[in-house]
Amino acid sequence: MDLIGALGKGLGKDNVALTTVSAIVNWARLSALWPMTFGLACCAIEMMATGASRFDWDRLGLIPRATPRQSDCMIVAGTVTHKMAIRIKTLYDQMPEPKYVISMGSCANNGGPYWQYGYHVVKGVDQIIPVDVYVPGCPPRPEALLYGIMALQDRIREKSLLDDPREGRPRPDPASQPAGQMVEMAG
Amino acid sequence: MAEQRSPVDGAPLVTLYDEELPPDNSYAFSPEELEEDEMILNMGPQHPSTHGVLRVELKTDGEIVKDARPHIGYLHRNFEKHAENIDYQGVIPFTDRMDYVGSMGNSLAYALTVEKLLGIGVGERVAGIRVITAELQRIASHLLAMGTYGMDIGAFTPFLLCFQQRERILDLFEWLCGARLLYNYNWVGGVSHDLPEGWTGKCRRFLDEFVPVLDEVDKLLSHNKIFIRRTADIGIITPEMAKDYALSGPNLRGSGIDWDLRRDDPYLGYENYDFNVVVATSPHGPVGSCWDRYFVRVREMYESVKIVRQALDRLPAEGDVHENVPRFVRPLAGEAYCRSEAPRGELAFYIVAENKKPIPYRVKGRSPCFVAMGLFHEITRGEMIADIIAIIGSLDIVLGEIDR
Amino acid sequence: MSAASIIERLAAHLGLEEGSFESDAEAKDPWIRIRGDRLVAAAEFLKADPELDFDTLHCVSGVDWPGDDPPAIEVVYHLTSLTHKHWIVLKTRVPREGGSLPTLETVWKAANWHERETYDLFGVRFEGHSDHRRILLPADWPGHPLLRDWEWPETWHKIPVKPGRQMTERAEGGQMTGVGPFD
Repeated sequence: MDLIGALGKGLGKDNVALTTVSAIVNWARLSALWPMTFGLACCAIEMMATGASRFDWDRLGLIPRATPRQSDCMIVAGTVTHKMAIRIKTLYDQMPEPKYVISMGSCANNGGPYWQYGYHVVKGVDQIIPVDVYVPGCPPRPEALLYGIMALQDRIREKSLLDDPREGRPRPDPASQPAGQMVEMAG
Repeated sequence: MAEQRSPVDGAPLVTLYDEELPPDNSYAFSPEELEEDEMILNMGPQHPSTHGVLRVELKTDGEIVKDARPHIGYLHRNFEKHAENIDYQGVIPFTDRMDYVGSMGNSLAYALTVEKLLGIGVGERVAGIRVITAELQRIASHLLAMGTYGMDIGAFTPFLLCFQQRERILDLFEWLCGARLLYNYNWVGGVSHDLPEGWTGKCRRFLDEFVPVLDEVDKLLSHNKIFIRRTADIGIITPEMAKDYALSGPNLRGSGIDWDLRRDDPYLGYENYDFNVVVATSPHGPVGSCWDRYFVRVREMYESVKIVRQALDRLPAEGDVHENVPRFVRPLAGEAYCRSEAPRGELAFYIVAENKKPIPYRVKGRSPCFVAMGLFHEITRGEMIADIIAIIGSLDIVLGEIDR
Repeated sequence: MSAASIIERLAAHLGLEEGSFESDAEAKDPWIRIRGDRLVAAAEFLKADPELDFDTLHCVSGVDWPGDDPPAIEVVYHLTSLTHKHWIVLKTRVPREGGSLPTLETVWKAANWHERETYDLFGVRFEGHSDHRRILLPADWPGHPLLRDWEWPETWHKIPVKPGRQMTERAEGGQMTGVGPFD
């Protein structure tokens, strides 16, 4: 049963609800996915359309954040080039755990129309960072992206707090973390 | 760790999740050259207001920008390499993806170039449909420019209103060819689908309902005191500078130069339509400011509405839109350069053809945004950091077209 | 002004003799091809002459011709006059190996980025350019990819550049998606 429904039922009688910690944490996580505003190419326009008046992703709890350090979901919307791949990895590493990635559009999935002759196009963002949900399309319609977001929410709902969010991958050494944007000062 | 396979096509994955990738050290300014109190500040490529993956390197003294260098290429998708490997018709979807908020204009420019190369023309109905779609696309593109520009400056309401109207144009396009954003609509010698029944009526209805909304957004944003203070007198492009850097489209007209290819080198019968070329008059401050460029776009939408209305009125009732579509595109050896007025300026393609080959030898896209970014460092010198956002938005760039 | 008279006027000013330049005033886009060492003089005249007044440099493109004798890269300048509404194409050739051209940045500032792009994708050097760096590709990218004989690297900083094995197989199996009316 859905968590809200369970809560409502329990609270109706004597203000007591029984649930697991995982369920309540997952519920909190999936209802407030804050994606990083990170448009790369054509798909970014459809991502903007998803956020605008007609499709309105606010109703799923998505509020775009401008910095990786405040967001827990990265929507890779568009073509990943070699020059950009380094930046994407840096941004991903800067996001706090737990973090999720939606790969939006054919280019981010596997290079899309650019895989054969695109010498400067990375053939899939999953070579750089782990991906949770792939949304196909060139570009995907806003409905498809909304479906992808709901698929991610389903995925989060099934997680347990005992699961390792990094799925066996070693935790990066903080000392070797990229320094982020370089700021040089003189004088 | 077990071998990773891509869930998309099952191909073995080379995963670099734990690898350290090299830092991007492409800096134009060096810390040694800095004077006292100066610093180098990096803006982008991930930045909410750079309209994509533009990266700007700023040399600042406090809030004042001493110098700026744009770095591009973060979306370099090798359009020209693709065009050298794919047959003439197959290039059209890739042109769509260059300027992805003005796809109709791109495929139109490419189709016109190949038609010039082949020496074929199009029928009156196809020309009419192309004018209608190109002008609707111009409205959609300018709506996006207007909405996001307002959002960059801090006004959120115009964004919602603009996107609402833009969605209606996208619905019309979707009805026409099945796609919302990238249409593959203009073919060599024709268009992919004829107008469906009832489309012209819906289009007229849209125009009738769109103009009052545009009036409202115009009132809301253009003459707002805060907006004027943020945009007028900032990022001045003088007419000389505009010519020297070969600006085009609204950016050129925003500098007070009266030049529009639709009037000065007409194609698709634009000479038969009654419309005005919008040139900045600059009621606020010197000519060529951000506000002027923005306002040229707003006025152009009204002109586009006029053109679409006329085109709908005189569209021939009958006509096969595939009539002139060649079965084989095998041009004789030669080259063609054809420019057209896309929403962002003069988009041109330069095609070199080998004799009777189905694949172009070389295709070069001349992108108006690429050219506009070339003068970025000139107009940002001496402005404040917050004004950089206003300047980028006023140039109305699309990174897909800059990097191609 | 007609294309033939533009070409004639330019040739007369530069003192070009018959045979030292090529031109075609009847082509779809009339062009004139001159030698690289006369490029700056030609550009300055085209811009400064009030009758011609080519005030904007519309586009600069490179075209690789490895099969020609001698192998050359053609650099094509498309010029526009906003005042007189006329157009001309200026062409010049550089040797494929180690060739260079003078920069036209001093005449039209628009040339700056176009020349950087031509250098990036074709490897043509422009002497006197104020900011001679790559523009689209990363600084350490191997080679100039629009050259016809450019070889794909396997990887760039460990990221694969060539398409994956399965994808290549699929493409070679002939399953190319088509658009438009194919034969």
